[in-house]
Amino acid sequence: MISFNTLNLFLVDLLSFLPDKLVFTISGLIMSVAICTFLIGLGSVYTWFERRVIARFQNRSGPNRWGPFGILQPIADAVKLLIKEDIIPATADKMVFIAAPIIFLCTTLLVYAFLPLGIDSQLGNINVALLFVLGITSVNALSVFMAGWASRNKYATLGAIRAVAMLISYEVPMAISLMGIVMVSQSLSLVGIVNAQSNIPFIILQPLGAITFMIAAIAEMSRAPFDMIESESELIGGYITEYAGMKFAVFQLSEFLAPIFTASLFTVLFLGGSNPLKFLEFLPIPGILWFASKSFVITAILLWFRSTWPRLRIDQIMGFAWKVLMPAAILNTLLVGLELVFIRDNYILQIIINMLIFVVFIYLIANILGQKRLKLKEPVPSELANMDA
Amino acid sequence: MSLNSELVTINFGPQHPSMHGVFRLRVTLDGETIVDLEPVFGYLHRGTEKLAEERTYVQIVTLTDRLDYVASMSNNLAYVSAVEKLCNIEVPKRASYIRVIVAELQRIASHLMATGFLLNDLGAFGTPLMYCFREREKILDLFEILCGARITLSYMRPGGIFQDTPQEFWDDLELFLESMPNQIDELESLITGNEIVLSRTRDVGILTPEQVIDASLSGPMLRASSVKWDLRKANPYEIYDEIDFDVPIGATGDTFDRYLIRIKEMRESLKIITQCINLIKPGPVRNEDVPLIIRAPEGEAYVGIEGPKGELGFYLVSDGGISPYRCKIRAPSFINLTLLKEMTAGGKIGDLIVNFGSIDIVLGEVDR
Repeated sequence: MISFNTLNLFLVDLLSFLPDKLVFTISGLIMSVAICTFLIGLGSVYTWFERRVIARFQNRSGPNRWGPFGILQPIADAVKLLIKEDIIPATADKMVFIAAPIIFLCTTLLVYAFLPLGIDSQLGNINVALLFVLGITSVNALSVFMAGWASRNKYATLGAIRAVAMLISYEVPMAISLMGIVMVSQSLSLVGIVNAQSNIPFIILQPLGAITFMIAAIAEMSRAPFDMIESESELIGGYITEYAGMKFAVFQLSEFLAPIFTASLFTVLFLGGSNPLKFLEFLPIPGILWFASKSFVITAILLWFRSTWPRLRIDQIMGFAWKVLMPAAILNTLLVGLELVFIRDNYILQIIINMLIFVVFIYLIANILGQKRLKLKEPVPSELANMDA
Repeated sequence: MSLNSELVTINFGPQHPSMHGVFRLRVTLDGETIVDLEPVFGYLHRGTEKLAEERTYVQIVTLTDRLDYVASMSNNLAYVSAVEKLCNIEVPKRASYIRVIVAELQRIASHLMATGFLLNDLGAFGTPLMYCFREREKILDLFEILCGARITLSYMRPGGIFQDTPQEFWDDLELFLESMPNQIDELESLITGNEIVLSRTRDVGILTPEQVIDASLSGPMLRASSVKWDLRKANPYEIYDEIDFDVPIGATGDTFDRYLIRIKEMRESLKIITQCINLIKPGPVRNEDVPLIIRAPEGEAYVGIEGPKGELGFYLVSDGGISPYRCKIRAPSFINLTLLKEMTAGGKIGDLIVNFGSIDIVLGEVDR
């Protein structure tokens, strides 16, 4: 079966007349360029997909003019953005202003370096890949802040302040929610985590960790209902208010890559990556297709969230991170730890306990912190002016 | 170590995605918290009241279309009622019924817009807005059958309406009345129980009954603060005294109540339309004695109706000429805006946008 490794070996064979180090560098470069190009292309197609799907949610047609079903729309958009005037505000800090979108795109693409897209299909396999991914995603907060601060625009600055506050808060529950799977799989390498899920995907084993990670990741890429950073109805564009032309396009592209990345990471961490579903194992489907279809389902769910939910307020978002997600992540870690000590091999019991606690936790949170605790009051006509009286 | 912080003054508008037109707010912020805000009007001022002094009474109907441009029928109704009171013109019964039907349809359309844009301000990426627009489109289609226009309708004339309704209007209205309750249910299932909507709007921007009465607010804003006052019942015009309907009121006067009141009023409007269809009889729709160029007797008249946004009033003064000596418009949007600061000061930016959306203003009416 074709995997990245076989491709890599093929390249190495082809270049075997060169010195070893050069061969390694060139083949690595070729593979990276291929992955980056593929991702950027995927991001463009995804913009079309997202617009079409959300249009269907909203009783509209979406883009349908260019090519069949409007699939060439991203090309038209890219051409339009390329030929637009590239404006840098006079008061802006030029260096930082230009650097921000580049850093943003680079960090988004760098994430894929160690992500196993299939069996033996990753650019590299390091033993702390999970740590790398968590680290590199936090750099996004920096580039958003750079963009907002350098623009010298009040909306952009407000967006940047929100971004830093929110992204840093959500880093914490996101990282802690992943402790559980690291403990079970005994590995920080993404390949190791995928291999540990060959029997049971972690979403079944640790539903609380999965949902905590999912919510934190949605916040991390600032999508609805946590799209505080650019909240269109409040801050116009947030940190991208002053950007135009290709810099704007780079930001948009990275933002459209974010859900793809989140879906891929969720697939790797909780859905078993390229492992086939247990009851469909007999089908001759390559791992990379399993990976793609699982990610696709997650992407679709993210789109569903985005097109249905309104946005939370900034204090509610921050409160949610510290009051709900943080305890949930810690509870999950504690549970997994206890289970590893006492009932290490009894998976069925672990699943039952975790599912029960998951349901109870969600129920309690909804009734203690949610709006359900407040009953709608019965209206009483005011005495001050009543036309019936 | 003490951190040095200072207040930021920022302009929301006149070009801003959620300023509902060309409204401008000078907001002073302490971080995310709103310290002070000052509305700045007038970007859409077209001098409607002055223009009215140079038009004949029938021509002014077209000016009223452009006030609250999402509720032209109500504006038409308020204006022609004032002219009829000034000149003592009788309106045929059938015309009265049709006026009430179209005014209530217009109320539904306007409330749909208000609800949709409130949700858009809440950040719900357009889906509820599009649901609302789909229903509003049906109402605009009905208006198109009546008078050929969809927004600037000019359907009413002093002494009746422009012309009688074609049969297909009644058929389509029947279909609309059948489908609309389900569509409102669908909208409610998307919004009313939504945890995020509740946590964003509950206990946000509370207005007490004292405050709203002191500021002479009207319409859904007034009723949301549990003041039971509706001109359709308190001072019935046209044929509202023959019709049975409820006046819903809110419990706390927060933004959620202002949303819920609009949903309830849409259901009441459907009730009113159904009753009108049962009561209406064939007959003339226009008083033939009214000339095209009306010469109003010397005097003055004020008529206020319950528009979708509140009490919409026209005050006309005549010196006996072919156009009014003075035409003063009581615009509900404008007066409802006065409490924005009281609703919002101390809240967050998100609250400001949501409170502003719940007032439901149309700039054509505010700036006139």
